[in-house]
Amino acid sequence: MSLSMDDVRRIARLARIAVTENEVIESHKQLNQLFSLIEEMRSIDTTGVEPMPHPQDMLLRLRDDVATATNRREAFQAIAPAVENGLYLVPKVIE
Amino acid sequence: MLTIKQIIDQLASGETTAVALATQYLDRIAAHQHLNAFITVDREKSLAQAAAADAARAAGDTRPLLGVPFAHKDIFCAEGWKTSCGSKMLDNFIAPYSSNVVERCDAAGLVTLGRTNMDEFAMGSSNENSFYGAVKNPWDLTAVPGGSSGGSAAAVAARLVPMATGTDTGGSIRQPAAFCGITGIKPTYGTVSRFGMIAYASSLDQGGAMAQTAEDCAILLNVMAGFDERDSTSLQQASEDYTRDLNQSLAGLKIGLPREYFADGLADDVRAAIDAAVAEFKKLGAIIVDVSLPNTKMAIPAYYVIAPAEASTNLSRFDGVRYGHRAADYNGLNDMYEKTRAEGFGDEVKRRILTGAYVLSHGYYDAYYLQAQKIRRMIANDFQAAFKECDVLFSPVSPSTAWNLGEKTADPVAMYLEDIYTLGVNLAGLPAMSVPVGFGSNGRPVGMQIIGNYAGESRMLGMAHQYQQVTDWHTKAPQL
Repeated sequence: MSLSMDDVRRIARLARIAVTENEVIESHKQLNQLFSLIEEMRSIDTTGVEPMPHPQDMLLRLRDDVATATNRREAFQAIAPAVENGLYLVPKVIE
Repeated sequence: MLTIKQIIDQLASGETTAVALATQYLDRIAAHQHLNAFITVDREKSLAQAAAADAARAAGDTRPLLGVPFAHKDIFCAEGWKTSCGSKMLDNFIAPYSSNVVERCDAAGLVTLGRTNMDEFAMGSSNENSFYGAVKNPWDLTAVPGGSSGGSAAAVAARLVPMATGTDTGGSIRQPAAFCGITGIKPTYGTVSRFGMIAYASSLDQGGAMAQTAEDCAILLNVMAGFDERDSTSLQQASEDYTRDLNQSLAGLKIGLPREYFADGLADDVRAAIDAAVAEFKKLGAIIVDVSLPNTKMAIPAYYVIAPAEASTNLSRFDGVRYGHRAADYNGLNDMYEKTRAEGFGDEVKRRILTGAYVLSHGYYDAYYLQAQKIRRMIANDFQAAFKECDVLFSPVSPSTAWNLGEKTADPVAMYLEDIYTLGVNLAGLPAMSVPVGFGSNGRPVGMQIIGNYAGESRMLGMAHQYQQVTDWHTKAPQL
């Protein structure tokens, strides 16, 4: 299979990355090269093989449901692009 | 220049001080800025840390690594230090907390000389994808140092630091170690905490050590490794002493040579260097056996589905809201996200995010992501079958020596193919290391990969150390 230019525009939108038409053309070429490599994988018979989402098949360890972290809001917000009254500022989306 | 072992001895005997050492290395870093091995150097901060170490030692502190200089890959958050991960996105990010690795190194009294350059968000095999420019290989300034821990590798090779931290998602410690002629180890997945290590692909990323010798790697790994409750994938295992097997005999140890790793595509000069190294191990008493890893070729496609899928998820946090770069002009929230990410990420990162978004998108999950996870199981099973016949595996790290800067930048897929011998290890979560074993016909270093079974680090480091007792490839330094 190969990706169309529209596929590239769609996944860029899904990924929240603005792309120019030149970038769409370049990405289209390179992603199709990569996907022709990935296609080889699809011909492998994996019937009955358990997927392996994690090395060593370990289960994610859970901690007790208690608050342990100290409040460091000021330190974290000191590096934010824009804050006001302890809140992160983002563009208005509802008029 | 000195090894860590020698530095420890000199500090303990009073022959030198932490400040003297830090000054000497900082001067060397300043004199070799053309290598572009560092993103951040803060002379004042490092010398203050060194002075504190000297004061602690004078007051009776006996921590063995107190005052030993080193450097961190710019992927480990360190409170008060710029932590850019090689990206414009984090060019203005001063970490408000420290990673577990940084905490451990600080607790050991190590002195940080700076933050080493790297491929953006650890994505790359050449270290040409950094926002701060390509690192140069100290053996040949026209060659790449390998990626993504290329800054750490170049810094150690050029003797700008005696050791450095690195991370390895698909070979990013082993490949630059091989290209720069140093020793580097990626331990078993879960051995070194990922807390505070900026995530690329969470089921593959692993921190590790880079130094001149296997012994020095063992010393640094002793500091870095250990259970961390803040990393849910951290292995709950007792603390190890990775130096414990350094002096063990190799007699009777079985070394497997996976035939698929020595097939077509391997450069003759790399093969010759590895053959010579294998002969040395035979002289040391090891037994060579032929083994097979039949699904080797599938490691590349499986990796380039799984890693981008995880990357697209992990990198969704870089949206310009809470920290990092934010576009100056935008119209509404989505426009801000899209412009911020378009401006903040480089081409390779964008390519992997797009790939990941596609393979995870509706209708394609089973065909790509699920299939890749099944192939990952087959690859892991291949390794376990091989380890029934041998104790460790030997292989090349890369099919060739370091390539020229710019040689493969226009063809990313060609560059991905160079990772054929390293990716399987990450998919399976195994420990592996690179040991210098010679030079190619172009004078660029060759590394040999030692792959161990889970928790096999100590044995691997011991094997490498024994080899380094009878050879001198690890002592060679580039003329700068």
